[in-house]
Amino acid sequence: MADIAFLLLIFYLVSTTMNVDSGLQRMLPPMADPNNTQTNQVNKRNTMLVFVDANDNLMVQMERITLAQLKDKTKEFILNPNNDPEMPEKEVINIDLIGDYEVGKGIVSLQNDRATSYDMYIKVQNELVRAFNEIRDDVSISYFGKNFADLSEEEREAVQEAVPMRISEAEPRDMTGGK
Amino acid sequence: MAVIRKKEKKETPALSTSSLPDIIFMLLFYFMTTTVMREVELKVQVKLPEATEVQKLEKKSLVSYIYIGSPTRALAAQWGDAPRLQLNDAFRTQSEILDFIAAEREKLSEADRPFMTVNLKGDKDVRMGIITDVKQELRRANALKISYAAIKVMRSDNY
Repeated sequence: MADIAFLLLIFYLVSTTMNVDSGLQRMLPPMADPNNTQTNQVNKRNTMLVFVDANDNLMVQMERITLAQLKDKTKEFILNPNNDPEMPEKEVINIDLIGDYEVGKGIVSLQNDRATSYDMYIKVQNELVRAFNEIRDDVSISYFGKNFADLSEEEREAVQEAVPMRISEAEPRDMTGGK
Repeated sequence: MAVIRKKEKKETPALSTSSLPDIIFMLLFYFMTTTVMREVELKVQVKLPEATEVQKLEKKSLVSYIYIGSPTRALAAQWGDAPRLQLNDAFRTQSEILDFIAAEREKLSEADRPFMTVNLKGDKDVRMGIITDVKQELRRANALKISYAAIKVMRSDNY
């Protein structure tokens, strides 16, 4: 009896896969309503255009940069520490647990070519998420003295409100000229 | 006067093995209940990209999978090696995503439907064109919660 149980046990041990699905979670924008031609215009200073071209070159605001620079560039854009008039506006919002906080209105707009490699696209997405996560960690530590991951549910919601993750995956553009 | 006397040496009794089958059974039942057999056979090669900021997908029952990659070597002769979509267990075209999402949504209870997540398992060598098409199709199907599957690495070695 015990032998059979052993055999079965070994079978299940071998066949069990313990992999958990992990990934970068994103919300897609809803499909644009064709009847609603009025697009909500976003102020130019509030958008950061990140473009990855067909050869996996990265451009931010029409300026070539490397992947290593992207995170700091994004952080600077979101935080706008010097209140640069070219950078996003801020709005003071009263948030529970935090109080008045200057919430930036910046949106990161990510565009890609149809020939961009998926690997590069994920790397860019990863850097953008990393920038937001680091800002959230900084805010969490200065207000609650803990990392973002260690906060309670309410505290986390407060930080999320203070640092909203606004990454927009723009409408696809065909840059290959119909190739 | 109290004298601390050394205890006499005792031999350790042999370990009783009579409870071993019970333990084995317990382990067996644990694995039997937790094992999820792989439902689909992969027909495309998917080598996931790497990322550092990944989040775990919590409820597996709410997740639908879309695989994107080149057909495996055995199937390449028949299907060519251009990247294709796999939904459930067969190759599909983009136009079938709408039906697939509708069918997957139908499986969930009414309360769970807004939390449905689509996990895009894309091979890292595919181009964005096919991914963009899939994303557009998902937007049309109103399945907006997606997750780009990636392997968690501690530090990206991009630099």
